[in-house]
Amino acid sequence: MNSPKDSELPVKPKAGVSRRGFIGGVGLGGGALGAGLLEQEAQAAGAAGVTGPGAVPITLTVNGKPVKVTVEPRVTLVDALRNYINMTGAKRVCDRGTCGACTVIMNGKTVYACSVLAIDAQGKNIETIEGLSTGNQLHPISKAFVDNDAQQCGYCTPGFVMACKGFLDEHPNPTEHDVLHGLGGNLCRCGTYMGIRKAALQAANEMKGGKKNG
Amino acid sequence: MANTPDYSWPPMEKRKIIGQRFKRLDGPQKSAGRAKYASDTRPKDMLFGAYLTNPHAHAKVIGVDTSAAEKTPGVKSVYVAAPAGTELQYQGWEVAAVAATTEEIARDAARKIKVEYEVLPHLVNEADLGKAASRAKQGGEKVVGDPDKALKEADAVSEGQYGFPVVYHSCLEPHGQVIQWMPGPDADGKSDKIMVWPSTQNVPQYAGDLGTRLKVPATNITVDMQYVGGGFGSKFNPDAWAIVGANLSKNAGGRPVHLFLDRQTEQLIGGNRPSAYSKIKVGGKKDGTITVFDSFSWGTGGFGAVNPPNQPYVMTRIQHQRQTLTPVSTNTGTQRAWRAPGNQAASYLTCCAVEDFAAKIGMDPIEVFKVNAQYAPESRVATYRYQLDKAAELAEWKKNWKPRGSQKGAVRRGLGIGIAAWAGMGHASKCRTVIHPDGSVSVEIGTQDLGTGTRTIITQVAAETLGLSMGQVKLSIGRSDLPPDGGSGGSTTVGGVSTSTRMSATNALAKLFDVVGPVLGVEADKLEAVDGTIRSKDDPKKSLSWTAACKKLGTQTISEEGAFNGRNGGNLLTQGAAGVQIADLSVDTETGIVKINRYVAVQDCGLVVNPRLSESQVYGAIIMGISTALYEQRIVDDVTGKTLNPDMEFYKLAGIADIGNIVVHMDIRKEMDSRGVIGLGEPPAIPICAAVANAVANALGVRVPTIPMTPEHVLAALEGRNA
Repeated sequence: MNSPKDSELPVKPKAGVSRRGFIGGVGLGGGALGAGLLEQEAQAAGAAGVTGPGAVPITLTVNGKPVKVTVEPRVTLVDALRNYINMTGAKRVCDRGTCGACTVIMNGKTVYACSVLAIDAQGKNIETIEGLSTGNQLHPISKAFVDNDAQQCGYCTPGFVMACKGFLDEHPNPTEHDVLHGLGGNLCRCGTYMGIRKAALQAANEMKGGKKNG
Repeated sequence: MANTPDYSWPPMEKRKIIGQRFKRLDGPQKSAGRAKYASDTRPKDMLFGAYLTNPHAHAKVIGVDTSAAEKTPGVKSVYVAAPAGTELQYQGWEVAAVAATTEEIARDAARKIKVEYEVLPHLVNEADLGKAASRAKQGGEKVVGDPDKALKEADAVSEGQYGFPVVYHSCLEPHGQVIQWMPGPDADGKSDKIMVWPSTQNVPQYAGDLGTRLKVPATNITVDMQYVGGGFGSKFNPDAWAIVGANLSKNAGGRPVHLFLDRQTEQLIGGNRPSAYSKIKVGGKKDGTITVFDSFSWGTGGFGAVNPPNQPYVMTRIQHQRQTLTPVSTNTGTQRAWRAPGNQAASYLTCCAVEDFAAKIGMDPIEVFKVNAQYAPESRVATYRYQLDKAAELAEWKKNWKPRGSQKGAVRRGLGIGIAAWAGMGHASKCRTVIHPDGSVSVEIGTQDLGTGTRTIITQVAAETLGLSMGQVKLSIGRSDLPPDGGSGGSTTVGGVSTSTRMSATNALAKLFDVVGPVLGVEADKLEAVDGTIRSKDDPKKSLSWTAACKKLGTQTISEEGAFNGRNGGNLLTQGAAGVQIADLSVDTETGIVKINRYVAVQDCGLVVNPRLSESQVYGAIIMGISTALYEQRIVDDVTGKTLNPDMEFYKLAGIADIGNIVVHMDIRKEMDSRGVIGLGEPPAIPICAAVANAVANALGVRVPTIPMTPEHVLAALEGRNA
């Protein structure tokens, strides 16, 4: 977690920090930075035009409902959902915007929740997997995943389902070729791609008729 | 009943549930995001843990200063895993850990721990054996027949060097657990209690292993795991993080601690597959018969010595053989089992060498593999020949295959073969079937569903046996208080759980027959359970509905175990799966990019309980294999000893557009079905690198010696550089 270069790196300014703390886990990590932040929490929170560095109360609009939560500004949307709101459908896997397991839809746009800060998600409509199906009624996309066995261990599945929703919202009549490109931002380790291809096409078929939000 | 019940499977044509394409039962939970994995567990008062790991390939800990971490507000406990004096043999080795009220605080505090290291010399790469010096421990020669004479007398001898690098499991859910260690009043730990939600492939043995390591009685440990986000062989034991997490919890007064590896650490220490390199000579006759196989192999599984796999693969009865195995100890993360350990590399090395021999004598490799199938275990020779023909037919081999090196265009098509063998015998397993007087049925078994479909399989076997529908069986798995099954490794689960479930449900049904028999005036052993009724086999009109029959139990609940001890399964299960796969791909000789066109797999696995799920297993195995064959390799810097791609960005995995079109043919001929249930998770995962590499060689006319088939490796081979 630490590197021999730690001590050579300049200490970043303490105010206005909105980076993700765990970036430090790979190469930026400086003990001085973390310590400084914690001690400065109280003062900095009140500085004009600056959020944090201490924990700040924010309101997220998740699946149409306002959710109040207090998080440090560096907390990502996926961590806010999983660790602060107990919405664990989105998974944290690569934590670097590569695998798509944390995919949610923000203001209609598919995003990696590991690469969005929770504070930047304020005022935006966040759709997560938890909002997709109601009761025993599976959303057509989730149902298509079940019908085509597009899941094994299932850890990538919520991200894939959300990526599929974002894709189909924009491309309601995709070809298989479109699907391969549209879902290219998500990874599965068990190898469920054959089922996912079919599921995306089935869901597109079933959702026709302008019922975009299922 | 005095007699041993007849547990055997109903004949193929009489089955109502087994053999049907049921959708996986936990699919809706997973696809709606409701499945709670170990890493999703959030018990009350839970703390978040964070690791501090060794940044060096090889170092000694001189001192660890945790004072700053301990003083950090929000930190509830700190644990030093590698105290002063500990020698750390690879990057990522756990040094210390912190538990705090938020993950952010835990990470900050972990970074505040000051560790003084004495950096020691390292060896991190083994591909060049000449540089391994004393870290390579050359094993003795194993000789069969007279290989030197056979090489001299052979009509033709092919020679090659082939390489299979270290790759990461890259489980999407990292290793770890939520664990709560609640100290009891006794100082010796005998009254301590532990609750653990681990990400594991081995629920039944987890408590025992953990208890031994923590000196807490296994009876005081409760394990609960309903969903695991991938294991592939890397998640059997409680591991260091369980010990660290447990201690963090205990030191925090028994608050539960969430400790999962971050992605970098997961890649570094969460598991990898050992490498294997081999120099091979194959000699034989012009008719394709191989007479001699001579191999010199080396590889690494990390610091501990792990032998490269035995060769020749499958064709084990070649008359003249010589092999030398040389394990190399390197300062890299420790290997773990991975979906047919050793077999992928063995298949790759042997099949590449056989394909090169076929090219040397100018013969169609399908024919060469068929001729040499004679050297497979006797009982499987005919199966391999059948499967080679079947795979060739599905791949349209005769139309699409061209002799090696006969193509001239920029983009060249190639076809290649890989073969597999796996045991897949079921493990010992216990299952309990409970029939209540109200007709409800529960099946309880301490197994786990890795995503292979175990829940669905057990339910199918129970429903078939009891003559019920799938929805009438309530299944409990994934807990340590259930009858013990085994760990899910070696493709042993489906055989184990199918057998114990069949036995248990049959035993429970026999008890029900004992009660219902007198009511219907039919001898108990003349009854059968079909379509939700209990009825006379001879006179189906003498029948009771399931509910009415169970009502006759009065206040008595039936609870019967089925115990498969590994030997008493009769014809319910067996072992021995063969498989043949053919890759059809195109190589762009200008860019070096390889694209899969079509990939064909012919696979037998005995009795197929659920064709949909079995096909998914084969698809998944092939997709994982294509990923390995085309993209995956751990890259470690010789000079600094650092791993350069412990992530998912520069450690490449195949995406949905990278796998071509996959054709799966399950070999479920009646003679296969009658063998009983055989495991399937591993066999289809074996031959992919072999098939892909052989197809690339076929397309290009030159052997690309080392996977993955990246542009770098392909272009180097085309230019005659030794990749």
